[in-house]
Amino acid sequence: MTEKHLKEGYYFWSGDVAAAEGAIAAGCRFYAGYPITPSSEVAETMALRLPQVGGKFIEMEDEIGSIAAIIGASWTGERSMTATSGPGISLMNENIGLAVMTEVPLVIVNAMRGAPSTGLPTLIGQGDLMQAKYGSHGSYEIITLYPNNIQEAFDLMFDAFNLAEKYRVPVMYLLDGLLAHMYEKVYVPPREVWEKKIIRRKRARKGQLPYQPDEDMIPPMPLIGEGYNIHATGLTHDERGYPDLTPQAQEELVRRLNEKILKHERDIWKVEEYMTEDADVIVVSFGGESRAVKAGVNLARKEGIKAGMLRLITIWPFPWEYITKYSADYIVAEINYGQMYHLVREYSDNDVYQLNKMGGEIHTPEEVLKRIREVSS
Amino acid sequence: MSQMTDMRKMEEEWLRTERLPHVWCPGCGIGIVLNAFLRAVIRRNIPKEKMVVVSGIGCTGRTAGYVNVDSFHTTHGRAIPFAVGIKFARPDLNVVVFSGDGDLFAIGGNHFVNAARRNHDLLIIAVNNFTYGMTGGQHGPTTPTGAYTTTTPYGNPDRPFNIPHLAISLGAPYVARWTTYHVNQLQNSIYKALNMKGFRVIEIISQCPTVYGRRNSMRSPMSMMEYFQKNSVINNKASYEEMELTYNGKIVVGEFRNVGGIPSYEERYEEIIRRAQE
Repeated sequence: MTEKHLKEGYYFWSGDVAAAEGAIAAGCRFYAGYPITPSSEVAETMALRLPQVGGKFIEMEDEIGSIAAIIGASWTGERSMTATSGPGISLMNENIGLAVMTEVPLVIVNAMRGAPSTGLPTLIGQGDLMQAKYGSHGSYEIITLYPNNIQEAFDLMFDAFNLAEKYRVPVMYLLDGLLAHMYEKVYVPPREVWEKKIIRRKRARKGQLPYQPDEDMIPPMPLIGEGYNIHATGLTHDERGYPDLTPQAQEELVRRLNEKILKHERDIWKVEEYMTEDADVIVVSFGGESRAVKAGVNLARKEGIKAGMLRLITIWPFPWEYITKYSADYIVAEINYGQMYHLVREYSDNDVYQLNKMGGEIHTPEEVLKRIREVSS
Repeated sequence: MSQMTDMRKMEEEWLRTERLPHVWCPGCGIGIVLNAFLRAVIRRNIPKEKMVVVSGIGCTGRTAGYVNVDSFHTTHGRAIPFAVGIKFARPDLNVVVFSGDGDLFAIGGNHFVNAARRNHDLLIIAVNNFTYGMTGGQHGPTTPTGAYTTTTPYGNPDRPFNIPHLAISLGAPYVARWTTYHVNQLQNSIYKALNMKGFRVIEIISQCPTVYGRRNSMRSPMSMMEYFQKNSVINNKASYEEMELTYNGKIVVGEFRNVGGIPSYEERYEEIIRRAQE
């Protein structure tokens, strides 16, 4: 038996396949999932490829079981992932809260489709941006990343797993109906190059309690089977992991769970700034939609309008400093009724406009141009 | 005497004694089940670092908090899939799911059914006290028809699960039922199951005098135990109909299924890895 790893070269992949291959390259060795359009090809790729590298794939009975299984697997030290979409991500939300509370690294791919409910299974939506952070009950922070092309769908997986491991937190990896099924060329560097990008979980010092944070507010994670006698509970707990149902314990724990992310937000933020330097109007967008926005910005520039694009690659924690740093007007282009619009408005001193579609398709460059013209006249 | 003291000392090593006293009510049966479990584990000489206990939510769900091994108190109904993730990732570990009837068969029913079907290598200790104890005594998926609970004030119109029948129908290689009165049989059953592979299910009928017994003419722990003593019938060859539990009726207990040689999911996946790397 010999493990079969990706070879250096060019591949023609969909976003789903690239995300799955990126995850395996980034060290993922455990996947549990339940098929759902448009994320199913992530599962199919994992089923084919994980056993080739000695990893484990299991198709569970539903999305709730899938995320429960990857939380369990992550405690054994495996980099673990699931992928889903639409109704599936709604079902996973309770256990996302468990992973936040018990500080378990996970990557959850959500290929967003038209919604609410069953909505548009095969077509794009961007309606799960708020849910990515606020989907589970309680007040918490997680990390959310969102590529906009297939090369990036592969590359960004390294960030997803590294951030999950570094901050002991679930990372929501957004795709959308467009990216999930769109094919593009992807360059995969030699294995020794990408393996260097993998950041491993930090190990506990001798005698360190399972929830005793280091100075960076993150407790090193003990692993199952190594004699730590770990106890983890979704109840409010102390540094031993034991339930402590007091306002004091709640205050200390929940503050730390939020602040371990927010205090490191600059380490987590990733954005693309396109022609923003001199811009009078900046279109904020992300994911599949940002591809049309860039084309629309180019059209506006040809007309002499000083337009730019700010593409959020990190959705959460929200990269607010990239909003406050410009004195331009903003248009927030998104495939929903208006979600990130509210965040941009919170941080902008100037006018913020909306450009929305409810789902099924992205804007055309001409529609983006039209909106830029309207707000800059 | 010294033997008892030795056993107590050994058991204490397996308990997070600093967390005692536990949350369970006086007279509750869960402690009897935990005691039987620990004695069986000690007899089996399982190293502590090779044992993992996973619980869901509810009174029995609190068990994970008291055993001094890697132990997880998860979300309601999700102990089995959580355990599946651990076992599939680390097949060398002994993974035990220790949870209650509401957690395993109502909210977690889908996971029980599918994990049994796939024959994951897990030992399921299912404590059945006929009710949702933690929330104050509502009826659950195992409450006998006719029983009185806070949500069946006129008697339960619902029909309970026949858990051994369910487990056997799904191909579980080891299926047994005991009550908290049958401490030795229970301990021996766990001892035996610990040495087997696949999805092993042990149902333990347990007393909840606090919220179930007192609404069903069994106000004291003793009266519930007397009911178990008087009404239990050991019959390893019981038919599915005989395994059914009725309100204040007979409780058929025994070792209903014990077959070896059925490969577990984890064993079958080794072959998948071999094929993928050919």
